[in-house]
Amino acid sequence: MSASILAGALLVLPGGTAAQELRSYTIVGDAIPQSLTDTAGDATRGRALVVERSSTCILCHSGPFPEQKFQGDLAPDLSGSGSRWSEGQLRLRLVDASRLNAATIMPSYYRVDGLDRVGTLWRGKPILSAEQIEDIVAYLVSLRE
Amino acid sequence: MRFAGAIAAVLLIAGSAFAAEIPQADRRSGYDFMKPDTRAMQDEDTANPGMLWVLDGEGLWKRKAGTANKTCADCHDDARTSMKGVAARYPSFDKSTGRPIDLEQRINSCRTSQQQATPLPFESRGLLALTAFIARQSQGVRIETGADPQLAPFIAKGRELYVQRQGQLNLSCANCHDDSWDKRLAGSAITQGHPTGYPLYRLEWQSLGSLQRRLRACITGIRAQAYDYGAPELVELELYLMSRARGMAMEAPAVRP
Ligand code: HEC
Ligand code: HEC
Repeated sequence: MSASILAGALLVLPGGTAAQELRSYTIVGDAIPQSLTDTAGDATRGRALVVERSSTCILCHSGPFPEQKFQGDLAPDLSGSGSRWSEGQLRLRLVDASRLNAATIMPSYYRVDGLDRVGTLWRGKPILSAEQIEDIVAYLVSLRE
Repeated sequence: MRFAGAIAAVLLIAGSAFAAEIPQADRRSGYDFMKPDTRAMQDEDTANPGMLWVLDGEGLWKRKAGTANKTCADCHDDARTSMKGVAARYPSFDKSTGRPIDLEQRINSCRTSQQQATPLPFESRGLLALTAFIARQSQGVRIETGADPQLAPFIAKGRELYVQRQGQLNLSCANCHDDSWDKRLAGSAITQGHPTGYPLYRLEWQSLGSLQRRLRACITGIRAQAYDYGAPELVELELYLMSRARGMAMEAPAVRP
């Protein structure tokens, strides 16, 4: 049932987000030019993550995912992200979109501070790990129209 | 100093006004967002699974309970007249506790103080059945919750909770139900979040469920800490939502996807 999203999918934790220190990063302009892991991500794994409900992206976004029947329309279509934004710009949008638009509804995927009433299951953990962010960035960069 | 204070106050108002409230004329029930087959299921008593709970509730209404050995009907007679419009005024102000209580809590307070019976657990078949039976007597009645001025501070509290960003996903209720009600979260219509149909049958739950159950699901959905059943915060949210839906028609027991 499509409506199980809120009760179900958002509940599932993406793998690899055990409590951890966040890695430091440097913002230059509207971008984080350096990889969070110092290595390049894997675009194939990145695509798999984006279409997985538990990553939450397609609750809000649509994109070139013909196999996904249910995609959200709360946010821009992800098609062509790589033509619109550089790798570093995409990284900052994932890590902490609120730095660019304080009122955005897009969650900060790599941030643990400044949040209220986080459930015990998720407390102290970023939504995605640094590796997952890099995989997704690698995938988004490959989306050219 | 005074001037600075005034500016701060203006900013505060501007900040909280970010989520624009939905004008009365644009208010739409979750029903309006449903497919025709789901609507038909709600509309026809013989197809509406919620009616099974209503029937059970009618049985419980007439059954003696507790050491007082009284039925609900012993005090309230025929629910068709005595309970008409009641659910459309809940949560309401409870003098003994000085706080709002919801319909489930009112039923349990009658059970403990009048029938001298044990309270029914939240989401138990019995409590859902009695609530559904009572709420059904208000079908079509316009919601009036919140008219009592004693409720004002609690409505304000509920609204604060409603606009507060929370959870790992850092979203407020208003982000979805005021700002994005015309959009879809993956496959689901977000809707305006009006509590017109509770308790209601959700196809996803394969059961009847209370408004508190729904609220806990939305709170867990944004990965925030869900309040316990009966927590004052949940009742304040219910109260705010019902007062926000004032003038809309009650539809319990509704059906939702
Ligand atoms: C709760 C809603 C929501 C979720 C979940 C979400 N986003 Fe977003 N996203 C937005 C919105 C809204 C924007 C538009 C910009 C803004 O509001 O700042 C956006 C913007 C973007 C952009 C820039 C798009 C453009 O072309 O301008 C990218 C890329 C992006 N998101 C990727 C992702 C990825 C990848 C995920 C999951 C890991 C994700 N988003 C999860 C709401 C969301
Ligand atoms: C990320 C989006 C989102 C957020 C945030 C959210 N909800 Fe919901 N809400 C939904 C969706 C989707 C549904 C399901 C609509 C349906 O299928 O009935 C829903 C359903 C509801 C309903 C049931 C409406 C009906 O017709 O039965 C109520 C009431 C509600 N939400 C209140 C709240 C409250 C209060 C909060 C904050 C504590 C909240 N929601 C936060 C998306 C959200």
